[in-house]
Amino acid sequence: MSNAQIEIQLIASLVAIACAIPGTFLVLRKMAMISDAISHSILPGIVIGFFITQDLNSPLLIFLAALTGILTVVLVEYIQKTGLVKEDTAIGLVFPTLFSIGVILIAKNANDVHLDVDAVLLGELAFAPFDRLLIAGIDIGPKSLWIIGSILIISIILLFAFFKELKVSTFDTGLAASLGFSPAIIHYGLMTVSSVTTVGAFDAVGAILVVALMIAPAATAYLLTNNLKRMLIYAVCFGVFSAIAGYWLAHWLDASIAGSITTMLGLLFLMVYLFAPNKGVIAVLYREKQQRTEVSLLTFLLHLRNHNEEEERHVNHLNEHINWQKVRSKTVLELALKNNMIGIENNIVSLTEKGKDFTSQAIDYIITNEDAQIEHMKDDFFLFRG
Amino acid sequence: MEQKIAVKVDDLTVAYNYKPVLWDIDLEIPEGVLMAIVGPNGAGKSTLIKSILGILKPIAGSVSIYGKSYEKQRSLVAYVPQKGSVDWDFPTTALDVVMMGTYGSLGWIKRPGQKEKKAALEALEKVGMLPFKNRQISQLSGGQQQRIFLARALVQNASIYFMDEPFQGVDATTEIAIINILKELRKAGKTVIVVHHDLQTVPEYFDWVTFLNVKKIATGPVKDIFNDDNLTKTYGINYKVSIQE
Repeated sequence: MSNAQIEIQLIASLVAIACAIPGTFLVLRKMAMISDAISHSILPGIVIGFFITQDLNSPLLIFLAALTGILTVVLVEYIQKTGLVKEDTAIGLVFPTLFSIGVILIAKNANDVHLDVDAVLLGELAFAPFDRLLIAGIDIGPKSLWIIGSILIISIILLFAFFKELKVSTFDTGLAASLGFSPAIIHYGLMTVSSVTTVGAFDAVGAILVVALMIAPAATAYLLTNNLKRMLIYAVCFGVFSAIAGYWLAHWLDASIAGSITTMLGLLFLMVYLFAPNKGVIAVLYREKQQRTEVSLLTFLLHLRNHNEEEERHVNHLNEHINWQKVRSKTVLELALKNNMIGIENNIVSLTEKGKDFTSQAIDYIITNEDAQIEHMKDDFFLFRG
Repeated sequence: MEQKIAVKVDDLTVAYNYKPVLWDIDLEIPEGVLMAIVGPNGAGKSTLIKSILGILKPIAGSVSIYGKSYEKQRSLVAYVPQKGSVDWDFPTTALDVVMMGTYGSLGWIKRPGQKEKKAALEALEKVGMLPFKNRQISQLSGGQQQRIFLARALVQNASIYFMDEPFQGVDATTEIAIINILKELRKAGKTVIVVHHDLQTVPEYFDWVTFLNVKKIATGPVKDIFNDDNLTKTYGINYKVSIQE
């Protein structure tokens, strides 16, 4: 690997981490679309900042762009508060307006400079290593690396300092307010961090990938864990993995790095969406099938309990009496036998003691809806988990 | 016992988009009562609680807790929001939610430690939810979720408890468990204020009641003012008839 390759992967990874942190909270606050809005509407801030400083990496430009990001949030909330339109409509009104102002400003004034709409949308990660930061004539690395590195350090410090406040205000705004943690301060703090991160990542990965890096890793992590800290760690790992894997995919395909990273994010989400142990599609389908079988089992056991007559309990009669297909009857019979809930003698089925107990408990549960009684059964049976 | 005033509300008016939801409310809640706030949907019951707690800003009027503003008396107050106001799919456990009750006394930045964890476990024990401490909150039943919320308020060890419909969507066992804990709180000299929907249980559960429908209709001891006259004034229908039906 050349130095430039290492630098690109390092920048991409730092951008991924910096995005995953606010992204996790945006996903939990159901504000994913706000990141889309911010990433587009900071454009006029960037353009105006660029006109003033003639430097895409100047702190003033980052400040102005972040300010436009906050302005977006304020405008969206203002329009929403009038009660005339809903939040998604407000977002759809605000960010294209601001973005198009940026596009016009670029077209009118910046034809000759290193700032064009393609770069804004998709970023130019491949060129990032060319723009060096020189201190007293000594090359200390690409500017993008230093910018995103500084932003990342600040967000990590803020995350550690205010983790508790972020958690409580995200979960329960009312409680946070009553405890004296102003939800407005935390909200705008998070919006500021999101805006600054977006600006810092913008030059490297562009407006569209910033959104992907904020939302996709967090959404993927959400499917895998029930713990906020772990969700943050997973989101960071997924972001970094996609950044590096995406870089090599681009290398191999000779295609856009930003596009390849986003593709990796999408693929990663798809895999987790399908195969996640609890919330994944396959796990859910399997669970539903199990539940159907277990409801059948319970029906069958109830039938046995209610009928002492031998003809009602004959193996062959079950198909007719409970009106099941042969396969289903066989599955249920086997399941009941495996769990020692029934005994079969001369093709006559009867409940064992265990089967009787289980049936009584199940009936109690259905009648009383008391969770405590079936706590120990939950591990064996899906039926009671829903 | 009713000499000290725990909560005092003066000329409180609250509006959403210039439409008043609470109009000129004057209310004194004596220390040590177990009070129900009753009224029809849209009467402003939750709004009243939220305004007292500084979550909503009133357009007129003031609130005091033991004679001082809420901001100064935060540590004396615990709040149980409506169960439906939060996202129960949030990635966290029962214990962690109860721990949130300790955040107020910790203040900004400081993290909860062993002491807070111990307090949270004790509160879980009190509401009978200790076996569920590590369970993800979406895996709890509605009644269990409400108990977690109650435990979170208990851990605040407050003097005044505000609860927004704690009996909504809970099973009978949980309802009894909750009301027993509320009665215990009252016995310990705490003031408990509950937004309540089920008029039938008011005389059994509470000793104080406030009738609210945008304006305050009446407030006082249940045995004195919980009558058909006030019910009719609050609900706008002849309540005597509808109860008998």
